[in-house]
This record gives sequence, C-alpha cells and structure tokens, in this order.
Amino acid sequence: MKRITIITGHYGSGKTEVSVNLAMDRKKEYDKVAILDLDIMNPYFRSRERQKMMEDLGIMVQFNSFGFDITEDLPALSAALKTPLENKEYQAIVDVGGDNDGARVLNQFRKYFLDGDSEMLFVANRNRPETPDVAGCMGHINAIQAETGLKMDGIINNTHLLSESTAEDIIRGYKMCKDLSKESGLPIKFTTCREDLLDDLKAANEKEGIDDMVIYPIKLYMRPSWLG
Amino acid sequence: MAEKKLMKGNEAFATSAIHAGCRYYFGYPITPQNEVPEFMSRELAKAGGYFIQAESELGAINMAYGAAAAGGRVLLSTSSPGIALMQENLSLLSSVELPIVLVSVMRGGPGIGSIQPGQADYNQATKGGGNGDYHTIVFAPASIQEAVDMIYKGFDVADEYRNPVMVCADGMIGQMMEPVVLPPEKAPLAEEEIGNVKPWALTGHKEKRERNAINSVWLQQELLEEYIEQYWPKYVKAENELQDWEAINVENCETLFVAYGSVSRVVKEAMADLEKEGHNVGLIRLKTLWPFPHKAFELIGDNCKNVICCELSMGQMMKDVEAEVKGKYPVHLINRVGGMLLDPVEVVERTKKILEVK
Repeated sequence: MKRITIITGHYGSGKTEVSVNLAMDRKKEYDKVAILDLDIMNPYFRSRERQKMMEDLGIMVQFNSFGFDITEDLPALSAALKTPLENKEYQAIVDVGGDNDGARVLNQFRKYFLDGDSEMLFVANRNRPETPDVAGCMGHINAIQAETGLKMDGIINNTHLLSESTAEDIIRGYKMCKDLSKESGLPIKFTTCREDLLDDLKAANEKEGIDDMVIYPIKLYMRPSWLG
Repeated sequence: MAEKKLMKGNEAFATSAIHAGCRYYFGYPITPQNEVPEFMSRELAKAGGYFIQAESELGAINMAYGAAAAGGRVLLSTSSPGIALMQENLSLLSSVELPIVLVSVMRGGPGIGSIQPGQADYNQATKGGGNGDYHTIVFAPASIQEAVDMIYKGFDVADEYRNPVMVCADGMIGQMMEPVVLPPEKAPLAEEEIGNVKPWALTGHKEKRERNAINSVWLQQELLEEYIEQYWPKYVKAENELQDWEAINVENCETLFVAYGSVSRVVKEAMADLEKEGHNVGLIRLKTLWPFPHKAFELIGDNCKNVICCELSMGQMMKDVEAEVKGKYPVHLINRVGGMLLDPVEVVERTKKILEVK
C-alpha cells in the first residue's frame, strides 16, 4: 500500500471501520501513523470517536480545529491535518465522508495526493441500496473522481450485513466487485471479513473455487457491543 | 422474503413511509435527522410525490395540515427542538382530526442542547405541549427494522384514528446502520378514491355533496364540548387497543427493568451479564409510550423486589412507571442525560449498587 491511503465510497459503505482497522494495523509496522478524519457529513460514528483508543497506541488522530468537542457538527478542519500529509515519515489513512459530497473536502489537500505517494480506494458494500451492482458503484466512483479530480486506484470489497453477515454475503459482494473491476479496470485491493467469519469464508471460497481473494480480517471498533 | 438491505435509520424511515403510500413530505433540517429530508428531496419525486423544504418546522407542519386535509398521506420528521416548535400544530391537527405521521429523532436537551442521542422528550411526546384535550399516539422503536414497521403501520393507525402518530426514535437509531427488510410498496389512494375512503377530506364537492369544512374554531362552547365528547372515545379505544410492549421474564423476576428505544438494547446486554452472576432479572420494554402499556405491568409476579428504570432523561418515564406500580415496589433510576449514553457495564454496576443498598 502507498504512504497515504484515501478511503472513499458511498456513504454507509463502511469507510470508517475500514479506515480505523487500517490505521490500527499499520501502526504494527510503522512508527508514525496518522488517521485523518475528514468526515464532515456525519454527526455520529466517525473515526474521531475512537480518538483515545488510537492515541493511546501512538496513532495521530486529526479532525476539526475544535479538538475538545468530538461530537459537534462542525465542518471546520484543523490546519494540523497537513502534518502527516507533508511529513513523509508518516503513514496516513484519510477517512473521507460519504459520496462525492463528502469527497469534496479532499480538494483543499489535492496537492498532497499528486506525487504518486498516495492511493484512493473505493469501499463497496453490495448490501447498500445504492450499490447493489456495477452500475451503482460506477456512478459513485465517477462522481467521486469528478468531484476531486483524483483517479480511483482500487476497490475494497466490504460487503456485509453487520452481525447478520455470512460468508455467502461476502462472496456475492466479491463477485460484484470482480465485475466492477472488469468494467472499471481497477484492481480489488482486498476483501474485508469479520474475524469470526474467517473460517467460514475460507471454506466457502474453497467450495466456490475462489482462489484469488485477498482477505483482510477486520475488527468492529466503531460499533458498540449492545447494538449487536 | 425480500432481500435484506443494510440501511441507515433515517434513510430507512423515509423509505418505509414511501412504501406506505406517503407522497407528501415537508421538512426543515436539524441534526440528527437530516438524512430524512435529504433522502426525500431526492427520492420522493421519483415515486410521484412532493417534497418541500419549509422555512421552519412551523411551516412544515402547517403544510402537512394542508396535505392531510386534502386526504394525502404525509410524513414529517424532525428532532427534539423541532417538535417543540410543532407542538401548537399537533394540537391543531388533533382538534380537526387530521392524520399525519411524525418521526422524532430525539437528541440531548433542553433548549438547543446537543446532537447526540437523548430520551428527554418523553414528556414532550406523551404529555404534549399543545393546548386542549388531545393525545398523540407515540411508538418507540428499538431497532431500525422496528422503526420501519412502526412507521409503515403508523400511517394506517393515523388514518384509522384520524390523529397524529409520532414515532419516537433517538439519534442512535436515526444514525446507525442495520439490516432491514422493507415492507411491500402500497400505492397511494387514487384521487377519485380519496373521497370514498376519507369522506371528510377536502377533495372538492363538485356540487354533488355538501361542502366539507375543516375548522378548529368554535365560537359556541356548547358545540365545542359536544364535539370533544364525540371524538374522545377514540382515545379510550386507543388506550385499550394500541398498548404494545415486549416482556422478558416479567412474571418471575426479582429485579424488573423498564426501558424503551436504543437504551433497551443496552439493558438487554446488561441483563445477560447480571444473569451470569445469578441475578433474576426481567424487562418491560415499552413499544408504545402513549398509550402507556399498563397491561404489561399487570404481569409482574410475586418475586419482584425492585423496579429499575433505565432512560436518557432525569426520570421522565420513571414518573409513569411509579404511577403504574402504585408504591408496591421501590422504583429506581439508572440514567444519563445531555446526549451521553448508558453502556452495559455502567448499568450492571449501578444495578448492583441499588441491590446492595436494599
């Protein structure tokens, strides 16, 4: 993966959960890791809600300029967001708000994304009403590219139904992402899978004859246990 | 069965209304329900409906009054301070027996408050701030699926009772994602059918019937009294027929929890932990806030020693629970306010403290 990974997608596709997982995992390999929460769309379930968990591990968490107030609905971004983008010692995960509307915020940081040091990935969840097929996903990919002037570099299959997910869901999403990959020319970077479903998914892949799935085990950091 | 979709609460609320035949939505932005007007502005026209962004919540509910008077199915949505602004017209809609469905995505209050989840609008919803003798029928979902089902059914209930129906979600249910099966799509009434199904609606008399009038002003108090006494039995009927709740181990438990909405899910996880430690616990989860589910409390058995209310307010629901148990059991409160949430660990710890003191 590149030094800067920008996570985009239709809203509700699971960008924040993927971003927090990537930041947590990258910290295992790199000393300086930052997560940039650029979500100015949602008032809830943003990566900044896990600020303490990540900062305790030494991950830099950047979001708005009102750092004391993680829950307010303020689209004000901190100038300190630029630190991990400018300082090449940092690995940066950029967690963007949903749709092209949420991606618009990338424009002000565009110059940092042009030197080949970064990649922009599209998170796809086949179970979301607007992205059940190639056409739905292409619509969002094109809109995000047009909004930001940045080229998409890959697809993340993040098909799930939360606690009701099955290996079959993930495989259905994978097949759609395969078609999407063919249509868009973008590679599938990886397929996420909740840790407790890994064995199911491996068995189901074997049964289906799928041998090229890159599986990325994922923990649910954002969802409280009582929501199931 | 229809395929499950992963939906955000607010999107699902709006979709459910469209499936119930709603073709009119009037709204004004307020967090945490903004995705409802956003979704409706994009999707309602595709279903042949009308979206108008009003100049305020007052404007929205007055537009709803007009569309409902013409016999349409209308959805309104807002959050706590927005309901405060709408109270006058909830009384007005009730006074002329107009059906609407209103979703309240509750946040922290009072005043402008916070945008995180709250339940401190229990009194606002169930006791109302409007004037006069009326009730709002209030459902309280604990999941997105339940909210979808309550909104869908809410349109039928509103039409049957000719009364506003409120679905009291909270910020968590509005903002979170869950798998949902959407109910089947119903067509709205065709224009020529409206007069048959809703003979009171203002559809134009075309010189074939008496003129319909929808009017809240009564200059002769004798007639107003007569009118109130004529519609009041529907509230008695609602109290008998609409009470709804979920009961878990209510007959046998020693410690009975009472909760509603997303907090009930926190309580369920806390109950599982308490059971592991040997506690005998039960739950009444309110699915209707008005009518209050009195019948659920008749199920409480002889083992009961304590009743614990869990809510995100300073005890608004607890007052109704106290009235219900009439001093038979001590009633305690485990709460957070201002947009702060309870979590299962806190509920377990505070429950143990309450039981120790006994």
